[in-house]
Amino acid sequence: MIELKGISKKFGDTLAVNQVSFKVAEKETLVLLGTSGCGKTTTLKMINRLIEPDEGQIFINGENITGQDPDVLRKGIGYVMQNIGLFPHYTIAENIALVPKLLKWDKERIKNRTQELIQKLHLPESTLAMYPHELSGGQQQRVGLARALVTDPSVLLMDEPFGALDNVTRTSIQKEFKALEELKRKTIVMVTHDVQEAFELADRICLMDKGEVVQIGTPKELLYQPVNDFARKFLAGQRLALEFKVVNIQDIWPYLPKEIIQDGESYFADLSVWEAMELLRSNNRSELLISGNNKENKAINFEQLTKGFNQYQNAQVHE
Amino acid sequence: MNEQHQTLWQFMSGQSDKLLSQTLQHVGLTFISLLLAIAIGLPLGILIARKRKLSGTVLGIAGVLQTVPSIALLGFMIPVLGIGAKPAIVALLIYALLPIIRNTYTGIIGIDQHVKEAARAMGMSKSQILLKVELPLAMPVILAGVRTATVINVGVATLASFIAAGGLGEFIFGGISLNNTNMILAGAIPAALLAIILDALLSLIQKMDFKKLRKALYIFPVVILVLGGFYALPTAYGSTLTAGFTPEFMGRQDGDLGLKSTYGLKIHTIVISDAVMYKAAFSKELDVISGYSTDGRLKAFDLKILNDDKHIFPPYYAAPIVRDDALKKFPELEKTLNLLSGKITDSIMTDLNYKTDYLHQQPERVAKDFLISNGLYKAPKNGHNGTVKIGSKIFGEQYILAEMYSMLIKGNTDYDVATKTGLGGTKICFDALTNDQIDFYPEYTGTGLLVLLQPDPKIAKEMAHDKEKTFNYVSAEFEKKFKIKWLKPIGFNNSYALMMRQKQSKELDVNSITDLKNYLDKN
Repeated sequence: MIELKGISKKFGDTLAVNQVSFKVAEKETLVLLGTSGCGKTTTLKMINRLIEPDEGQIFINGENITGQDPDVLRKGIGYVMQNIGLFPHYTIAENIALVPKLLKWDKERIKNRTQELIQKLHLPESTLAMYPHELSGGQQQRVGLARALVTDPSVLLMDEPFGALDNVTRTSIQKEFKALEELKRKTIVMVTHDVQEAFELADRICLMDKGEVVQIGTPKELLYQPVNDFARKFLAGQRLALEFKVVNIQDIWPYLPKEIIQDGESYFADLSVWEAMELLRSNNRSELLISGNNKENKAINFEQLTKGFNQYQNAQVHE
Repeated sequence: MNEQHQTLWQFMSGQSDKLLSQTLQHVGLTFISLLLAIAIGLPLGILIARKRKLSGTVLGIAGVLQTVPSIALLGFMIPVLGIGAKPAIVALLIYALLPIIRNTYTGIIGIDQHVKEAARAMGMSKSQILLKVELPLAMPVILAGVRTATVINVGVATLASFIAAGGLGEFIFGGISLNNTNMILAGAIPAALLAIILDALLSLIQKMDFKKLRKALYIFPVVILVLGGFYALPTAYGSTLTAGFTPEFMGRQDGDLGLKSTYGLKIHTIVISDAVMYKAAFSKELDVISGYSTDGRLKAFDLKILNDDKHIFPPYYAAPIVRDDALKKFPELEKTLNLLSGKITDSIMTDLNYKTDYLHQQPERVAKDFLISNGLYKAPKNGHNGTVKIGSKIFGEQYILAEMYSMLIKGNTDYDVATKTGLGGTKICFDALTNDQIDFYPEYTGTGLLVLLQPDPKIAKEMAHDKEKTFNYVSAEFEKKFKIKWLKPIGFNNSYALMMRQKQSKELDVNSITDLKNYLDKN
């Protein structure tokens, strides 16, 4: 668990971070979202003391980090950054083994853990002997993640982790990350300026502007209950796509056709509208069988889906 | 030592043991100083990369030090560190410092900030970041600095021979003094090769990828240490007294070679420039030196000339030598230069030299005082009838003579005068004369005979000890070979001489070179 209490930081005369407070629950992913210069990266870097706050306190698992040796603190926190920051003079294996070596793990343990990670991250074994420049951007970012995860820290900080990747690679790696079991066990604070990415990966989003927190809430809360104009406008451009992603079948269940009795391959209702649409389009089928929370089954086609979504939307607006 | 009959290869194989020891000394000097420069420069570079405010000051000082001319720097070292290896190594170290500090600094601050941030974020301590991240990543740039420093050092180390630190400069500067092209090349070619080879080797290391570089970096310090160790080897030589001879003396028949063959003298010898030799003898760093009999420092430092009882040092009577066409061009020149003939005896010359070398009077003033007291001084006329170019070698007496001639010409003729003083060595002076760069300079009969003419050793031996015969022979030969005329001798005989401190000579009861030889054989 991470808690920030009234954190402020000045660079010269500019107030980069102003009285930021939030809590991140165990195993939760909090995304710091905002434009560049809003203070999100500075906030993140204060959590592992790459930057020292001028004011306020930070607690990790109930312990005030100001009292800790920064090197010891950092060894216990995974860190992934946009520019990856792999050591160009170390092989991939050595890059991954860096922190374990600092912690004086024995060779066998390091080797086993490295093997385990590269399998989970879909890196071919041959990459271990290579140098970072020999890998693609996506592979490098996987190595960066492996390096952060190798000691299985309970807290993970990610600074624009997919920022350096092209769109196609970014989307596929985001999906992999989301599916990664190891990441689900961790308390994660992630920084991004990409709204889609934030909505894709966040349990909660902390929207920041000019060094201050504008709103903290679930993606759905940000979409449907923005606290002010800034929050509303920030999401306006991609609103429809975001809504498709935020709203799941269960939400629009009442607006879908009546229950049917039918056997066959079915999907759970926590599927987002977006995912359901993708399935309908990609598999070239006319209907999708969904099993809802109350064990009801419904078969829906594309038109029924969009209609149900529209009805749900209207209901939200009039609420 | 007749160079016409000897190829470079013959010279080099004949002198192979000397060549080897000089090369080893050269490599040793280069690498000892390099090692020290790395030991000092690397931490300094790291320091200023950490505290950037200091970088301007540190790089500035190192930069200024590097602009000090190398000879001057060696000169500055002598009062503090004496002669020999110590001052040479310190001077070389100072030259090597700037590229190493600067490249360490540039290398470290040039590292990708994200890599440094990643290192910090993973909990590496400052020293771990330095050793595992910053230094390895800055290594190619640091090595480029080491490479520059190495090449600079190989070059500057040739000058180490001026202060008795050995190296290939012994051949190079000996060769220049002796008019021996083979000897110059025997020093210059290995020095150039050394620079090229070391540069190529270091560029190989520099271009290695990280994998190989890591291994190479373990070997590198060992190699530097071993190469630096070469310097320690050749100095092991047992003899109770130490002699310091100039590079020129070392290679001359009427010098070290004659001492060995005629007297059988075996003495531990180091090569040193005559600029510092007397002082080194005075301060007891040397016991025996090869001086000049009219040198003012003889008086200043209380030195005694050892009697040349087997007559290996031929007479060196000074006289102006003039190109024939200059005499034609300036009809009054010969008459004017002869005004000085017979006026300066050995003791007068020693005294004049003492005034410049020890009392630090300007050669101009010493010359003027002398001319006035001998009634030779006349106020200069405004010369507009052509310009006479006077040359001189690079020691005190020649400066004084050049000044005297300059004043005589200005006072007695309508010619103007241009002086080109301080030409380094007989060969340079003589080449300047034959190539019309100067019209005349004071030369010595012995030098004319043994260095410039280099006749058959038999002829040389036959006349070497007779003043008249030598003068007549060089006069005739110079006229025939070079169209250069020897005017009347000035009077003094500035011959080579072995010298010791008065006090030591008395204590050891050594008055002649034979005494010295006997003393050395017994002890």
